Amino acid sequence: MITQLVVSQAVAIQERRSARPGSSIYSGRASMLLERGFRAFKSSNWMVVLSGFVEPVLYLLAFGFGIGQLIGNLEDGLGRPVSYAAFIAPALLATSAMNGAVYDSTWNVFFKMHFGKIYQVMLSSSLGPMDVALGEIGWALLRGVAYSLGFMAIVTPLGLVTNAWGLLAIPAASLIAFGFASIGMAITSYLKSFQQMNWVTFFMLPMFLFSGTFFPVSVYPQWIQMIVQALPLWQGVELIRSLMLGIVDWSLLGHVAYFLVMIAGGLWFTTVRLKALFMR
Amino acid sequence: MAELSYKPGAAVDVKRAVRWGALRVAEYRFYSMSKWMGSILAFGLGNPILFLLSVGLGIGALVDANSGGETLGVSYLQFVAPALLASAAIQGVMDEVTFPTLDGFVWDKLFFAINATSVSARQIANGVMIVALGRGLFTTLLYLGILLLFGAVPLASFFPLLFTSMLAGWGWAALMMAITARLENDEGYFAVIGRFVIAPMFLFSGTFYPLEQMPIFLQPIGWILPLWHSTELGRTLSYDYPIEPSMIATHLGYLTLMGVVGMLLTYPKFEERLSR
Amino acid sequence: MFAKDSEVVIRAKNLTKKYKDFVAVDGIDFEVKRGESFGLLGPNGAGKSTTMKMISSVSQRTGGELTILGKEPNTHGPEIRAHLGVVPQKDLLDRELKAWENLFTYGRYFGLSRKFLKQKVEELLEFAQLTEKRNSKADDLSGGMQRRLAIARGLVNEPEILMLDEPTTGLDPQARHILWDRLFRLKEQGVTLVITTHYMDEAEQLCDRLIVMDKGKIMAEGSPAALIKQYSSKEVVEVRFGTDKNEKFAPQLEELADRIEVLPDRILLYTEKGEELLTKIVDAGLHPVTSLVRRSSLEDVFLRLTGRTLVE
Repeated sequence: MITQLVVSQAVAIQERRSARPGSSIYSGRASMLLERGFRAFKSSNWMVVLSGFVEPVLYLLAFGFGIGQLIGNLEDGLGRPVSYAAFIAPALLATSAMNGAVYDSTWNVFFKMHFGKIYQVMLSSSLGPMDVALGEIGWALLRGVAYSLGFMAIVTPLGLVTNAWGLLAIPAASLIAFGFASIGMAITSYLKSFQQMNWVTFFMLPMFLFSGTFFPVSVYPQWIQMIVQALPLWQGVELIRSLMLGIVDWSLLGHVAYFLVMIAGGLWFTTVRLKALFMR
Repeated sequence: MAELSYKPGAAVDVKRAVRWGALRVAEYRFYSMSKWMGSILAFGLGNPILFLLSVGLGIGALVDANSGGETLGVSYLQFVAPALLASAAIQGVMDEVTFPTLDGFVWDKLFFAINATSVSARQIANGVMIVALGRGLFTTLLYLGILLLFGAVPLASFFPLLFTSMLAGWGWAALMMAITARLENDEGYFAVIGRFVIAPMFLFSGTFYPLEQMPIFLQPIGWILPLWHSTELGRTLSYDYPIEPSMIATHLGYLTLMGVVGMLLTYPKFEERLSR
Repeated sequence: MFAKDSEVVIRAKNLTKKYKDFVAVDGIDFEVKRGESFGLLGPNGAGKSTTMKMISSVSQRTGGELTILGKEPNTHGPEIRAHLGVVPQKDLLDRELKAWENLFTYGRYFGLSRKFLKQKVEELLEFAQLTEKRNSKADDLSGGMQRRLAIARGLVNEPEILMLDEPTTGLDPQARHILWDRLFRLKEQGVTLVITTHYMDEAEQLCDRLIVMDKGKIMAEGSPAALIKQYSSKEVVEVRFGTDKNEKFAPQLEELADRIEVLPDRILLYTEKGEELLTKIVDAGLHPVTSLVRRSSLEDVFLRLTGRTLVE
């Protein structure tokens, strides 16, 4: 039977936190959303999950080994010859991280927001909007990391990671996934219709194709280069490519900083937006 | 309240209503589609244009600068253009027989409403295909125009290229329609088909480099799916790409067969589903 | 707990909510006492749901005062929500999860331990008569089951106040009665219920006390019986003469009853003795197409207060 405690546990838990700053938007339980994520994930369509991972691998095969035959070797930043496959593999790793993070933080978030309405329910518990933002972004990030780990597992035996710095590609990919998850959810929280969501997908493609993924950005005129360099995928591609080709210097921290700003900005906007949407 | 003028049974001309059902279905759909022409254009044309720029020109520059140009005999742009065109046609026609068609059965259930009038299930299937072809034709024409502007295909082969691309579009869309008719719910099937069928087709149909250069175990992707057949035809039409006459007949025959089989598999399923 | 019986758990004073130019809740005052079953009655758009959201502290008021269990919702949202159980209008179950997972996960949002929840979930499934459906996806449950699951979910943190927004809207009569039964049991256990509804019978069944809302304002307040007594007569006779004709007979009928309301499709006559009045009508040579004598209800109270019917 239902027994009502004089002070229920839920209240006691919440009261312990109430003195902390920000307790009205963050209750320190973002990890509960990951728990929910795993439960829901168990029953999701595995083929769909797998399919997102397969795409960059197909590109690696088709472009790296197919078109690679027509191209031969390129030169890396230090003038050393590098096979076409080794040139695009880092870019596709960054893309894997991006894809994984973006699927969950855009379409899935959109469905949860407008059809499942689960954020509304979460926010009627003692969770705050910051818990929800951090939890959902964290979940998307996990998928990005999973995709990039899978991609590394394929690329490494193919001999496309040639030096020890390449190991850092994994944390770098996680950083990229975090950045995209964060900004993806922030943008999605502003979108209202399927058409608008389609535009997100629509802009992902050119970013994928033109961010120095398949050919160096030096082919563009100066002003286009500047636009491309402002895009997050280019930042990610450069970071991972430098690591995997072993061209490491302090400038890489610039890319890292870019993603840190992206993460913080995305988190902030998502929190504000969740509050505006479901707590107005 | 105003009086309703109402003469039971007098308004409808039964013969007329029964005859051109497919066109009525198409008319309705074209009308509702015209409202979001912008996004249809963007999505139908966006993809192929982006690939034209990135692969045709960007990677093309790398290929032409290296040994690739000699291997192919033409510029890389000329090499990929017919493939991109066929791919645009296939995508353009297919878009209409996936989500929008499933929508008619599952979400807004519009087909059931149409079927409750004097329009038959078969006419609905035909109507959907007419719309799909119309939509595909629209994007293919525009894309062909763009390829002409880039000098990627010769003007003389405008109509033959349009035909071979649309034939592939129809063949594939007919098969997809038969599959869509068999889906009870989305459950991510289209995402799976997109990534496990459409993407490999796009990447491994001799689109970006000759099919024969691929490992033999990947070559069947080209043989089975429509893109390679249409690409081969397109290449002979747009530059002096050597191909046996018997192979031309094979490609044309295969694409036609695909369309016919697709339609034949579609009709009974539409009928069964709408009479539940 | 005994001493707290008359303790006020929700106090609203001049409570106001504006969305840009639109005033959803227009300066209302009310108090809810511990253990009470309190209703907000009114048509769609009356401001009930907005009031509920402000109490649930997921919506910030734009004016007036509001305290829940003595706490300020603007600054103590999560803390207040820990005391509340919320059953939203459309259930909003997590469709990707099974029935029991819906309860478990929601409990985790409150930070409750797995050990506590394991037992709690079983208890709640039983209470909601869903033990056999524990492994069904939320989507595969019937409307009544979904609603019961939503109520069970709202109880997972053992809340002092349970908020129910239109709890039986869209349910068939049998499902409604099962639900009412469950809510009665909660009430017996001392849970404070706050219920919005636009169903009169529901308000009469469930609420000790209610406020009638219209256009963001409180029109009347009291127990269902007191409101009916104050704003209506004991019985009501409904007659129909056919479209367009109701208007014509109205003057004649007005003389026979205490008070009448002419609606587009029917006329309502208020009286202490319904059958007698109906005889008088026939005796006066009026022959309605259909007629009906019934007890007066909150619907009539609302009509009297606003000149409009509740469900339009």
